Amino acid sequence: MTGILRQNLSELGRMVLLLWESIRQGLRRPFEWDLWMEQLFQLGVRSLTITNLTVLFTGMVLSLQTAYSLKTYGGETFVGDIVALSIVRELGPVLAALVVAGRVGAGITAELGTMAVTEQVDALRVLAASPVKKLVVPRVGALLVILPLITILAMAMGLFGGLLMAKYEVGQTSAFFMNHALGALTVEDIFSGVGKTVFFALFIGIIACYNGLHATGGADGVGKATTNTVVMGSISVIVSDFFLTKIFLMF
Amino acid sequence: MSEPFIRYVDLHKSFGDKVVLKGVNLDIGAGETVVVLGGSGTGKSVLLRHTMGLHAPDSGQVWVDGVEVTELGENELLDTRKKVGMLFQAGALFDSMSVYNNVAFALHEHTGWAEPKVAERVREVLSLVELEGVETLMPSDLSGGMRKRVALARAIALAPRAILYDEPTTGLDPITANTINQLIRSLQKRLGVTSIVVTHDIQSAFTVGDRIAFLSEGEIHFDGTVAEAKVSQEHELRNFLEGGGYG
Repeated sequence: MTGILRQNLSELGRMVLLLWESIRQGLRRPFEWDLWMEQLFQLGVRSLTITNLTVLFTGMVLSLQTAYSLKTYGGETFVGDIVALSIVRELGPVLAALVVAGRVGAGITAELGTMAVTEQVDALRVLAASPVKKLVVPRVGALLVILPLITILAMAMGLFGGLLMAKYEVGQTSAFFMNHALGALTVEDIFSGVGKTVFFALFIGIIACYNGLHATGGADGVGKATTNTVVMGSISVIVSDFFLTKIFLMF
Repeated sequence: MSEPFIRYVDLHKSFGDKVVLKGVNLDIGAGETVVVLGGSGTGKSVLLRHTMGLHAPDSGQVWVDGVEVTELGENELLDTRKKVGMLFQAGALFDSMSVYNNVAFALHEHTGWAEPKVAERVREVLSLVELEGVETLMPSDLSGGMRKRVALARAIALAPRAILYDEPTTGLDPITANTINQLIRSLQKRLGVTSIVVTHDIQSAFTVGDRIAFLSEGEIHFDGTVAEAKVSQEHELRNFLEGGGYG
């Protein structure tokens, strides 16, 4: 038991060191903008469809369920308020991050893991280049930029999904739904929702890069590292969401 | 022997319970080609990787051009890594880059040259490894032998003073393997670089080496010229050569 604990703590320590080295290398010239742009496209643009679909349908089902539940108490008018607060404060950021942890995190680990087991990462080091600067910084940096943007778009899609159901299933007008939705939201809600995704992006990016760079043992090792990333990434999002929510509620 | 360019002093390395190197001592003179010969799993590649700081020893020292690399961190190793090129067993070409970008990688990173000068150097090193017109191809388009040659071109692009070859003929057919052996020999003559070739291929060892160091069970059992190796009565080396049909 203490052995497993020590191993986990040791891995956590190495991830913190990777984060520290990423910050150092990220601040060092040259800034490798072309690598950043490539990752912004690979990680960001290509994730839009799946995150938008996920949150769109979540908004739709949330609207339906809320209307159904509140009908008993005559509270259907609050569908817009509840959908907006749930999507913006919680479901939009967490679902977008979980989807990204699965799609992007797995992709990063598989790519870096394959590079590690085929000695391409060692080749980078032998050519006097830093794998952290070349591989980790552009990916974590792109995630930090793109996840908040993806989340904002996903939130809009979630609200749109809620509106569709409120209009066609509950019988509200679009203006009525949007008045309630926007009236319920404050700047702090949006700040809290989007702010959390910066931390999610950091956790997903570092976990994915760490597991990829430390993959060993060929295809089997890359497979295990990729699975590990999806599990660790998803858990880190869900657990940190609780603590981040507590912290954001203080302000 | 000339002044050692690379020196291994009492090198020990274990991975968990598995002891790989048990006190290796070996000097490689400047301009010399030394073949580290041995069976699979005897620690040859591990020894080579210590030279580039890819492994840290449990104890002992590795010196490259008068600098003890075992004492250096990643950032301090950069100068040594620019002086020494390495050919990996499977080439380790960057999958996502074309042949041109693979070979030009170190030039883009470290020279600050304008693109025409980089392109000229890429053409030059590709012709040294007898490849032309392959710049736009991707690594997946290349045969095993071509991949090794492109990887070799990448390793010599910065004009290193030493080249390390990790199993250069493994996985190649005899004709391609022989081409690679001749290439190593001709590069050694034309560039005058110090070379370490790690291999279990006896034919390759006898073709490219000035000296043979026989590594078995983590220790150097024999160190001498190719001619001396052929007639050596050292028990482990004799067994290995006889096993390979060179008895």
